[in-house]
Amino acid sequence: MADEAIIHEFDALIVGAGGAGLYAALELAREGVPTAVLTKLYPTRSHTGAAQGGICAALGNQEEDHWEWHMFDTVKGGDYLVDQDAAEILAREAIETVIELEHLGLPFNRTEDGRIDQRRFGGHTRNFGEAPVRRACYAADRTGHMILQTLYQQCIKHGVRFFDEYHVVDLLIEDGLSRGAVAVRLADGSLHVLRSKAVLLATGGFGRMFRITSNAHTLTGDGVALAYRRGVPLEDMEFYQFHPTGLAGLGVLLSEAARGEGGILLNGKGERFMERYAPTLLDLAPRDVVSRAIYEEIRAGRGVDGKDYVWLDVHHLGRAVIDEKLPDITDFARIYQGVEPYTQPVGIQPTAHYAMGGVPTDVLARVVVDERNTVLPGLYAAGECACVSVHGGNRLGTNSLLDILVFGRRAGRDMTRFARESDLPDLPADPSGPARAELEALRSRRDGEPPARIRRELADVMMDDVSVFRTEVTLRHAQGVVHQLRDRYARVRVQDGGTRFNQDVLEAREVGYLLDAAEVTVTAALARQESRGAHFREDFPERDDTNWLKHSLASQSEDGPTLTFKPVSITRFTPKPRTY
Amino acid sequence: MQVNLRIQRFDPDLDTSPRWETYRVDVDPMARVLDLLHLVKWEQDASLTFRRSCGHGICGSDAMLINGRNRLACKIRVDQLGRKISVAPLPGLPVIKDLVVDMDGFFAKYRSVRPFLVNDEPPPARERRQSQQQRAVFDDTTKCILCGACTSSCPSFWARPGYVGPAAVVNAHRFIFDSRDEGTEERLEILADRDGVWRCRTIFNCVDACPRGINITRAILEVSTAIVERSA
Repeated sequence: MADEAIIHEFDALIVGAGGAGLYAALELAREGVPTAVLTKLYPTRSHTGAAQGGICAALGNQEEDHWEWHMFDTVKGGDYLVDQDAAEILAREAIETVIELEHLGLPFNRTEDGRIDQRRFGGHTRNFGEAPVRRACYAADRTGHMILQTLYQQCIKHGVRFFDEYHVVDLLIEDGLSRGAVAVRLADGSLHVLRSKAVLLATGGFGRMFRITSNAHTLTGDGVALAYRRGVPLEDMEFYQFHPTGLAGLGVLLSEAARGEGGILLNGKGERFMERYAPTLLDLAPRDVVSRAIYEEIRAGRGVDGKDYVWLDVHHLGRAVIDEKLPDITDFARIYQGVEPYTQPVGIQPTAHYAMGGVPTDVLARVVVDERNTVLPGLYAAGECACVSVHGGNRLGTNSLLDILVFGRRAGRDMTRFARESDLPDLPADPSGPARAELEALRSRRDGEPPARIRRELADVMMDDVSVFRTEVTLRHAQGVVHQLRDRYARVRVQDGGTRFNQDVLEAREVGYLLDAAEVTVTAALARQESRGAHFREDFPERDDTNWLKHSLASQSEDGPTLTFKPVSITRFTPKPRTY
Repeated sequence: MQVNLRIQRFDPDLDTSPRWETYRVDVDPMARVLDLLHLVKWEQDASLTFRRSCGHGICGSDAMLINGRNRLACKIRVDQLGRKISVAPLPGLPVIKDLVVDMDGFFAKYRSVRPFLVNDEPPPARERRQSQQQRAVFDDTTKCILCGACTSSCPSFWARPGYVGPAAVVNAHRFIFDSRDEGTEERLEILADRDGVWRCRTIFNCVDACPRGINITRAILEVSTAIVERSA
């Protein structure tokens, strides 16, 4: 590693090259703001590309629809923990955002008269819950792939500067002002200081803290953990979504589009069990409801052959629909289970999928650091790593793509304003010093255990104790294990002593980030003595609006995470019992 | 089952030339090659270096040469390969370390064909209309994940590294045949160059290598035909 860090200067720095980061970069570049995007992958590898089913917007191309209905579904889907000012922006701006994506070249599927086609998706309804509505705009079952490609293409067109395969290792925040970030260039291990007026965290989620997950191997909460270490609290981390239909054993996602097109869930006895859990929306109930129903069936011995999975059946849709609308996900079943969906049902189980919580922001994507929503000037967050909060206790299908686009774009716009009004901030003395010290300590340690073992044990305990069902007993157990793993992590050892593409060091860093995210998740889950959205406490099975209609904020301290709370923004829809 | 796994290792900072290492791993026949690589990395040798991200064939990170053919490690199973499996980096590209190759040249070629919608007309208030038939014409080439398996399997590319390569042509095709695009002239001009589509000898390695099942040779042929029709 070089002794001195290389210093770069930009007006705007974006960490992460998924949909949120790229849309922000595009906004900035179109306004002529010198912008850099830093990513530990190549941009087209980002996990936005794995999103399958669609992006909801009340275009009304197939049937009557209104953004108010979309907003209501989002608020109810989030079990009323959604900040309604943000949800209104999400549902309203969905329409212009989807239209702009089409103008940027996104190849949506089309209706017979050439408009953007729309299909059904879980939890999206007409007239405040009456029946499913066709709201999801899509490009076969590779909508996320097309969004990622389209935005990357436009960033190329507008000359965005990319730092591909640079791993972020520190954020520069001093005296209440964001000043940039520090990163390692993977190819040669050199350290880089990126000094910038505005910094956007767009680093995605941290599903890899669970054993069974739909998330990429690289989704390890890097931005979330770094913000936390630099004094930013994390909001609503107890809310983690398990998607109902992961491929059994693997967790690879089979999109809700399969059910949107008419696929159904069956238990081991061949019963359509969702009739008992959600009589109106059935298989298209929100994800938290369906995931719990699947686990209830499994617990009652009605999994397939008494095992821990059930069936997803699409064979009755016919080959034409399967081939045209669900080609990729049926391929997953063929490749990874050796099952032919034309004729056979596919084994599925809930898979860790999406963090509703993250770095708290306002509706301009500016990071806020306390219960009074005080802005940290220059620091922004958008996408899964952020918490606006438009998803509350449980995100609706397609609203993640919408979130990254609407708030990625908003981040880009406010960063443009901020960059124009601000001077380049002074760097702290020895800006790369802390990161260099951490990296050198890691690389020089001669004894200790490999990071992979700690990561595996973490993923096991989080899956067993902190997933769909939680109790004080399981959470206390997990807390103890995570605490021990943190101690062991302090003595972790890497085997690769080189500087060139040192993935061993990279993965060791990622385990550290995951441990932070897991510790906060467990602490916040233990505190919240109610059940709401994806957070289900068997010892407190009811929602408790009197005591818990509030967001949690976890801050780092010597003794671990400490919690404070802030109110939920309620503008249009007062909380009601949530049935489907 | 037990698999005999040979992996080409190379760290230019330590080694003078690439070498083969052999590992024994016990796995389920349904395991993917990516699972084997992870078993080695996490349990035998943490210095083994390879790219991967999504783990299910969508991100394009883990294209490599597996038993002599370019494949995504996360999309090919042990039972499809047998007990002896060899893994090497994508051919024809500079090796950074072990299975990691330098993709910068590959992406530079992608960028050279103007892979973005060109349309300077003021956009309408709503979406541009496109019929289902117009949309279907370029559907196949929208599937590309830029993994590099095709270009690095192409003998024409090996013989002449300046050749723009099948992946770039696929991505040009995606826009040339999009009814909303107005940049066709420039792209055809670029692809009519001596390092453009004429370097294709229809060897079909690219079609065999593509993990997305894109009919690449047909896309190249359609672009060549468009160039001929334009000059006629």
